[in-house]
Amino acid sequence: MKEYLLLYRMDVSAVPDRSEEQAAQTLQLWMDWIGGIAAKGQLVSRGSRLEATGKVVRPGNVVTNGPFTDIKEVLGGYSLIKANNYDEAVQLTTGCPVFAMGGSVEVREQAVMQ
Amino acid sequence: MYMDQSALIPHLFRTEFGRITSVLARRFGIAHIAVAEDIAGETFLAAMETWPYKGIPDNPTGWLYTVAANKAKNYLARDNNFQKKIAPDLKRGEATSHGHDIDLSSGNIKDSQLRMLFAVCHPAIPQEAQIGMALRVLCGLGIEEIAHALLSNKETINKRLHRAKEKLREEGIAIDLPPVAEIEERLDTVLTTLYLLFNEGYYSETHDEMIREELCREAIRLATLLTDNAQTDVPAVNALLALMCFHASRFAARRDSEGEMVLYADQDERLWDRQLIARGVEYMNKASQGDRLTRYHVEAGIAYWHTIKEDRPEKWENILQLYNVLLQLQYSPIAALNRTYALAKARNKQDAIAEAEKLQLVNNPYYYTLLGELYTGIDNGKAKDNLTRALALAATHTDRHTIERKLSALDQ
Repeated sequence: MKEYLLLYRMDVSAVPDRSEEQAAQTLQLWMDWIGGIAAKGQLVSRGSRLEATGKVVRPGNVVTNGPFTDIKEVLGGYSLIKANNYDEAVQLTTGCPVFAMGGSVEVREQAVMQ
Repeated sequence: MYMDQSALIPHLFRTEFGRITSVLARRFGIAHIAVAEDIAGETFLAAMETWPYKGIPDNPTGWLYTVAANKAKNYLARDNNFQKKIAPDLKRGEATSHGHDIDLSSGNIKDSQLRMLFAVCHPAIPQEAQIGMALRVLCGLGIEEIAHALLSNKETINKRLHRAKEKLREEGIAIDLPPVAEIEERLDTVLTTLYLLFNEGYYSETHDEMIREELCREAIRLATLLTDNAQTDVPAVNALLALMCFHASRFAARRDSEGEMVLYADQDERLWDRQLIARGVEYMNKASQGDRLTRYHVEAGIAYWHTIKEDRPEKWENILQLYNVLLQLQYSPIAALNRTYALAKARNKQDAIAEAEKLQLVNNPYYYTLLGELYTGIDNGKAKDNLTRALALAATHTDRHTIERKLSALDQ
């Protein structure tokens, strides 16, 4: 099997402030979904959720604050899965909670180190 | 407690053989582990020959220790003599410089057993041999009993233990605690072996309930050797102990009067051992004090929720989320199936069926048993198909019996 990185992107400005209870519900959705991939034995790493803020470093030690207002969707998190091919990897994204938030999943095959 | 002679010696054998062997092997060195076993064995032989005529001594354990210590001293003196004559160039009087003292105090017994546990659970030895060695050297089980417990035969077990002892000697493994920097890693191997030892008892197909409970009890006893020492009393050990206590609490409820397995849902919870459950909760509290989440923590959590019989909504939601975490830590088909069952209980059968069919564990009887269960009441035709497939794949008497009962319930 090959390994695929799932990159969850979403428009954070469109996500309303959530109560603690809503946040717990969202977490449960993610855990159920990722648990489904793990139950198929195809989860390599749960990965992580990313904070909405960040820094960008450019040559010459130029540091700017993120997120990156010119891009609508920002990276909200990532996971690593394994699948036989792209079709199967894409199939595994079915039901990902990011879709309900209007976001997307970018699926990228990991290059094998030669 | 009064115990007649015929019961006393086997009882003492079970408790003292491992203690004597560990102390002597630690004193002689790992290369002489077989000598330590022999001396422990001869000690019991002496008891069997002497006690029927002279009567049981006032302090039977003390008697055994004295005899074992004397035999050990004789061995050391002979060995020392041998060393001096055969190899005069070797370091002179090494054995005498240590003296021939054999320390069978309770402190040294515990210490020696703990060190022995690390020695027999050395990663250089295959897992199954580690279990066999622990049962032999630390729990005093005979080769035949081990073969019976592990559903194997005497020859296989003998070979396995012989190779393990050779390996220990070749590798020069010390009967000692690993260095502090290595303790966590080595402890992982010890815990895996104790976990498997417990499971061997808990899920064994043998109908001999005595031997099953014995294995589980021994696994718990060996794990408490670890909690008794400050260096090894870490959260993962407590989590494993919690898990074992929660499971073991259901022993009395698991078999009906005909010796058939009683499924969890059908068990009489009044037969659950509340004391063991309370002990498990104590271990779980101690386990929660670290920052490393192990599979034992998660499994202890799942086992904890199973000690509550009533189907409260939060029970199955918690179990589901714990399985989600467990699968991320370590995938196993059985965890995947149990997660799907929890999904049905926490949410609904339709969602669970959709998730179950994604698993495609087509060679696994439990997969079809689960599908049969989920379809029951929704599509009884499909339930029957799946249970029939499960029956064809089932490998054990208990599993076939369970599936047949589910099938006949569908026909009613």
